[in-house]
Amino acid sequence: MPNRLIELAGITKVYPGVTALDDINLSVGCGEVLGLIGENGAGKSTLMKILGGVVAPTSGTIRIDGRDHAMLSVNDSMRAGIAFVHQELNLFDNLDVAANVGMGREPVGFGLLRLIDRKRLRDRVAPLLARLGADFGPDSPVEGLSIAQRQVVEIARALSIEARIIIMDEPTSSLTLQETERLLQVIAELRANGVSVIYVSHRLGEVKACADRVVCLRDGRVVGELHGEQIDHATMIRLMIGRDLKALYIPPAAEPGAGGCDLLEVATKDFPDRRVNLSVRHGEILGLAGLVGSGRTSLARAMFGIDPIIGGEIRLDGAKLTVSSPRRAIRQGVYLVPEDRKRAGLIVDMPVAENITLANLVSYARMLLVNRGSEVAASRAQRVRLSIKAPGDQSQVVTLSGGNQQKVVLAKWLSMRPRVVIFDEPTRGIDVGAKNEIYALMRELADRGVCILMISSDMEEVIGVSDRIAVMHEGSISGILERSRFSEYNVLRLAIGQPLAPAEAA
Amino acid sequence: MLLKKELGLLLLLAVISAITGVLNPQFLSGVNLLDMANLIGLFGVFSIGEGLTIITGGIDLSVGSMFSLLGVIFIDLVANRDVGWPLALLAVLAGGLLLGAIQGLLITRLRMQPFIVTLCGLLIYRGAARYYTDDATMGFGYGNDADTLSWLAAGRSFGLPHSFIFLIVVALIVGVVLHRSVFGRYLFAVGKNEEAARYSGISTSLVIAGAYVLSGLLAGVSTILLVFYTNSVSPSTFGNFYELYAIAAAVLGGCSLRGGEGSILGIVLGTALLQVLQNLVNILGIPSSLNFAVMGTVILLGVLADQQLRKRREAAVAIAAQRGRPAVAPAARAEPRVH
Repeated sequence: MPNRLIELAGITKVYPGVTALDDINLSVGCGEVLGLIGENGAGKSTLMKILGGVVAPTSGTIRIDGRDHAMLSVNDSMRAGIAFVHQELNLFDNLDVAANVGMGREPVGFGLLRLIDRKRLRDRVAPLLARLGADFGPDSPVEGLSIAQRQVVEIARALSIEARIIIMDEPTSSLTLQETERLLQVIAELRANGVSVIYVSHRLGEVKACADRVVCLRDGRVVGELHGEQIDHATMIRLMIGRDLKALYIPPAAEPGAGGCDLLEVATKDFPDRRVNLSVRHGEILGLAGLVGSGRTSLARAMFGIDPIIGGEIRLDGAKLTVSSPRRAIRQGVYLVPEDRKRAGLIVDMPVAENITLANLVSYARMLLVNRGSEVAASRAQRVRLSIKAPGDQSQVVTLSGGNQQKVVLAKWLSMRPRVVIFDEPTRGIDVGAKNEIYALMRELADRGVCILMISSDMEEVIGVSDRIAVMHEGSISGILERSRFSEYNVLRLAIGQPLAPAEAA
Repeated sequence: MLLKKELGLLLLLAVISAITGVLNPQFLSGVNLLDMANLIGLFGVFSIGEGLTIITGGIDLSVGSMFSLLGVIFIDLVANRDVGWPLALLAVLAGGLLLGAIQGLLITRLRMQPFIVTLCGLLIYRGAARYYTDDATMGFGYGNDADTLSWLAAGRSFGLPHSFIFLIVVALIVGVVLHRSVFGRYLFAVGKNEEAARYSGISTSLVIAGAYVLSGLLAGVSTILLVFYTNSVSPSTFGNFYELYAIAAAVLGGCSLRGGEGSILGIVLGTALLQVLQNLVNILGIPSSLNFAVMGTVILLGVLADQQLRKRREAAVAIAAQRGRPAVAPAARAEPRVH
């Protein structure tokens, strides 16, 4: 590789008492897509922060354009053409696309007034958007854009500062399948134009699809590097966790029982003229696949009483459920593990114990005064049962890792009497180890006879965990697959509203 | 953990008192201390109600005007309409409750912003009070039967002013409610993250409205205490700016305007600090025109110091967490290999 844009040699980062990075050697070539994988805590973020100039390495050198640096400042990094597309997008919702792309470098005119020359700004941004194949213009307000479109805006911003390396950190965690496809095309486009991409992701399928080369970090070290043909799921997983992942699917202990939760002709707020018919049997995990915006989350919100049900009804073992508010849904044993755990699932700056008991606080109280002792005992029991790694019951949830935070959400519901549990993207942004623990817990719940509805956009998860898969398309169920017919192809066809070909159906 | 803040406040209070006492021993005289205790009691009761609304992430700007409106109604009932004081007292408490409930409903059911709802309350109640009396000052006549209530509200027992005793009682009750009860936990939960609270099955509207109802009720109690402190009500000035004293006391006491934080002990200490400052301005012969400036400066410095200290503490926690991590991580990683 003659055209090395950037070369890291012997990069080590030591925090008091912990070595986050240990002798990392890594280079990125011109127009290369480098996949960077590793479990949470493997050191990916620290490494990216060093490239961004936010963190200084303890030792090692960073070579850019033939010059060695002991560390980068944020300015060095920007001058070297390194740009980030963040997991949490940093855009100004209230401004239009052009203003966001040109932020900080607006062309000015009108003499001393130095007003922003909107026309020049637009003219500068429009070709960038065209190059990325954007389906929106420079005048579109950002608040009306989807997450995928916002990402395109961020990439346009990176291109506008003539970035040579774009670092994407979990860029697809909130994207639909289609949007993910589009992003991968954009990446191919960037590569063709000589822009390098460092693609950090847990989604190995995407890494495989776009990366020329994959580097895997574990415990702060580079444990492997794969080129071209060598890049495949099993190898990557083995590198990441240092062992073979046993098959994801855990079969139910017994055949799903009769009865369960039935949705009859349910219409939701977002799709008032569509009807959903679906039944989740006792003891099964029903995967709910579909594109984002296909009505899966609307359905979950309606079942949990966040949004009103416009039509139809929900029955549990034949009895009608009244879910006019989350409070009533919870009383009847219908629980939701929401998509956005930090906003809706947890009160992150409250202690673990208080989060676990929050939905059922009255049962820890006598005469409406909370009994701290029984509360802490319950919390401790759940921590042991779910092996939640937290310093104590009084630690704030915000200090825990994503996987452990999600376990706290589960602990809240497990400490009660679940009958129907809806999981909305249960393992988003969670590392492989914790993922498997959560899958095992879901199975355990199902085996206790709980009806489980799992909404997921992660194909590996939908296919690997579900007993059956229902696929949604534009507000209604477009098909239900039994295990024997599980395949990415079938799920995708149903998700885009096409019937399964008879040959596959056989 | 929470107590650190209150301890700091107590220390500040002690230091300021000690310095003032050295500069002018009059400050520590029995008369002056009792006088301050009385004022702390008067201001503390409604500051506690204010604190509750602030903990839910809201604010109540209407309490000062509520005093004026409820005050003129009370005096009118007792002095002009021959209503017995128990009934008049009940009317004032019910009035406070009702106004609080209306504000709470507007905020929760109609999703209006607390600042706007209670700002309009501030304007409306003040206007209503002035119209009610034609802007005239109202006082008690002679020889009515409110003497018992007057003694209850403004008298002394065991040498302590009753307003102060009221504050202690209210602080104990509301303190238990806020820090020990289910409702109190819900108040904090709603203030910290209303959406997550709703997703946990809490009727957030009820909880938030409850805070405004309690604030209204405590404003009703305070009305009685204040009316008997001044013995008359001039509707255009009675209770003016008192909501700001309450907000200042709550913020000094550790309530965050973002919601979800605060304690009753803190609010009481905050009230005490404000009254000590006012007293200090008088007793040290500082021009009383500087009164507000002194108060503003101390609040600014207090909140600033608190924020800096917290930042430091958080940094310390983060470093400790970093240190703690290796002890956990290798063990967890090693586990799969044992299998």
